[in-house]
Amino acid sequence: MGELRLMKGNEVIAEAAIRCGCDGYFGYPITPQSEVMETLMTLRPWETTGMVVLQAESEIASIHMVYGGAGAGKRVMTSSSSPGISLMAEGISYLAGSELPCVIVNVQRGGPGLGTIQPSQADYNQATKGGGHGDYSLLVLAPASVQEMHDFVILGFELAFKYRNPVMILADGVIGQMMEKVTLIEQRPRWTNEQIQALSGGWATTGKTADRKKHVITSLEMDALMMEKYNLRLQAKYLQMKQDEVRYEVIDCDDAEYILVAFGSAARICQKTVQIARAKGVKVGLIRPITLFPFPDKIIAHYASNVKCFISVEFNAGQMVYDIRLAVNGVTRVEYFGRMGGVVPTPDEVEDALNQYF
Amino acid sequence: MACVIEKINEIIAPENLVYAKSPLTNDDIMHYCPGCSHGVVQRLIAEVIEEMGIQEQSIGVTPVGCSVFAYKYIDIDWQEAAHGRAPAVATAIKRLMPEKMVFSYQGDGDLAAIGTAETLHAVNRGENIVMLFINNAIYGMTGGQMAPTTLVGQVTSTTPFGRNVDINGYPLKITDLIAQLPGAAYVTRQSVHTAAAVRRAKKAIRKAFEIQRLNCGTAFVEIVATCSSGWKLSPVESNKWMEENMFPHYPLGDLKDSKRADSGLYRIKSK
Repeated sequence: MGELRLMKGNEVIAEAAIRCGCDGYFGYPITPQSEVMETLMTLRPWETTGMVVLQAESEIASIHMVYGGAGAGKRVMTSSSSPGISLMAEGISYLAGSELPCVIVNVQRGGPGLGTIQPSQADYNQATKGGGHGDYSLLVLAPASVQEMHDFVILGFELAFKYRNPVMILADGVIGQMMEKVTLIEQRPRWTNEQIQALSGGWATTGKTADRKKHVITSLEMDALMMEKYNLRLQAKYLQMKQDEVRYEVIDCDDAEYILVAFGSAARICQKTVQIARAKGVKVGLIRPITLFPFPDKIIAHYASNVKCFISVEFNAGQMVYDIRLAVNGVTRVEYFGRMGGVVPTPDEVEDALNQYF
Repeated sequence: MACVIEKINEIIAPENLVYAKSPLTNDDIMHYCPGCSHGVVQRLIAEVIEEMGIQEQSIGVTPVGCSVFAYKYIDIDWQEAAHGRAPAVATAIKRLMPEKMVFSYQGDGDLAAIGTAETLHAVNRGENIVMLFINNAIYGMTGGQMAPTTLVGQVTSTTPFGRNVDINGYPLKITDLIAQLPGAAYVTRQSVHTAAAVRRAKKAIRKAFEIQRLNCGTAFVEIVATCSSGWKLSPVESNKWMEENMFPHYPLGDLKDSKRADSGLYRIKSK
């Protein structure tokens, strides 16, 4: 049984990274997630597990350090917040293009531009629809609790290596800054060179030995037909993720006439709204997508014929609502309610919005 | 005729062999233009790695630019970085695998324009890597545009009337900047335009790799190079133009050589 602690979401990212045997963290300070690197620097894992922690000169350098480490078959990660993730977009595209496993944490803040340092979910489209150039997808996990901040670092590395694909943990300022109890896993060892050989020996740059061909980490292919073939292979991988990796939580949906759909801290607020509305006799439920890519469209479609209306509750101008509409495919009504720019709605505000659609 | 064949056979007899390509270079035909310095420098890297017996430890990081395909020619593991990011990529590889010999290979646009921040900060941290910098004062791959190191008055496709300092600023002596940083253990500027220069350049590259073994900071080797296609000169004319125009602004020789056993810098090391 792991250790029970009261911790901030950002601190837990650092703890989970060390404990799951992460090899390297590369980052650049930005509010509201600077505690991740601060915690790592305070815990000094290089003295215990041998994990490398490095403050880079920019988010651009951070993500390309992640590229270098991932290319060597190591478990590496970075964290940032919205403007920093925009700077990383280049590197994320290269990581996806070179099929490199890594974990990227985005503790979102309000945008566009420099925006605010308050919580937001306005990077949903950036995270789920690419963000950088080219046809690629990240596996996107949306934590709704401090415990999930912990669990998704571990799950993130598992999925990243399973698919040789970058995984994004799409959190927000609420989850990053709030304190909750969390059960931490026992310390696991970092992978040995032998384990890295066994898992990634077919592609990682571990040094060319006489018994194998050289390994080259690259996303470059000059031949268009070859590049198309490569793209088809990537798309097949994303399809596999859609089949096998969809995760969600369903609350009170079986008799529901209205279903709220929300992820991350918006889902926490909606959980309260469901309680308030249910106490007044309103049949309302909640679907919480845990993976934003792959999106849980089947479960939404499953309930579509039973409900009068889905309401997508987001801390943005309405981004996930389009994915819900695609899933529902015109069977029933799909509406949006949200606040923007760092404003977090109250459960009562969400209830008021829900009441409009009776 | 028989006499000629006999003569040829004598010339190519193993005992008369004075030069052979390194077994680390493969038989692929290099994509570089005639007169280009890249092929020579990459041959030297292959020779140094072979002579030091470090093929299994070596990880190279290639840039974006003409040398984007350097990974095709030398038989070691490679990572191809995004434009300008090779020092960041190399930083992580070395930090995570300190027992490896890690080097970046970058052109002037990659190292001294788009990757200036990554370059200066990698050296400033004293990253224990070799950085090879090919300075031919032009963007070769994209068709001859102005580089950060393009000389004043030099004609390129984006300075068709010559580089004007009032518009384009000055040719950046980034190697001189790097020599000022405490993290740099060895900084030198070489060329490969004559047999003697090739030998000196090889010695410098070898020294840079030896320094990495000592774990004492960044070893930085600039090669002042030719780009016949970009300069629109013949290979012979290019060498002459380089001597007359490049060397006065980028003089050859060591800029820094600090034989420290330990850099004294705080450094986070993986085990």
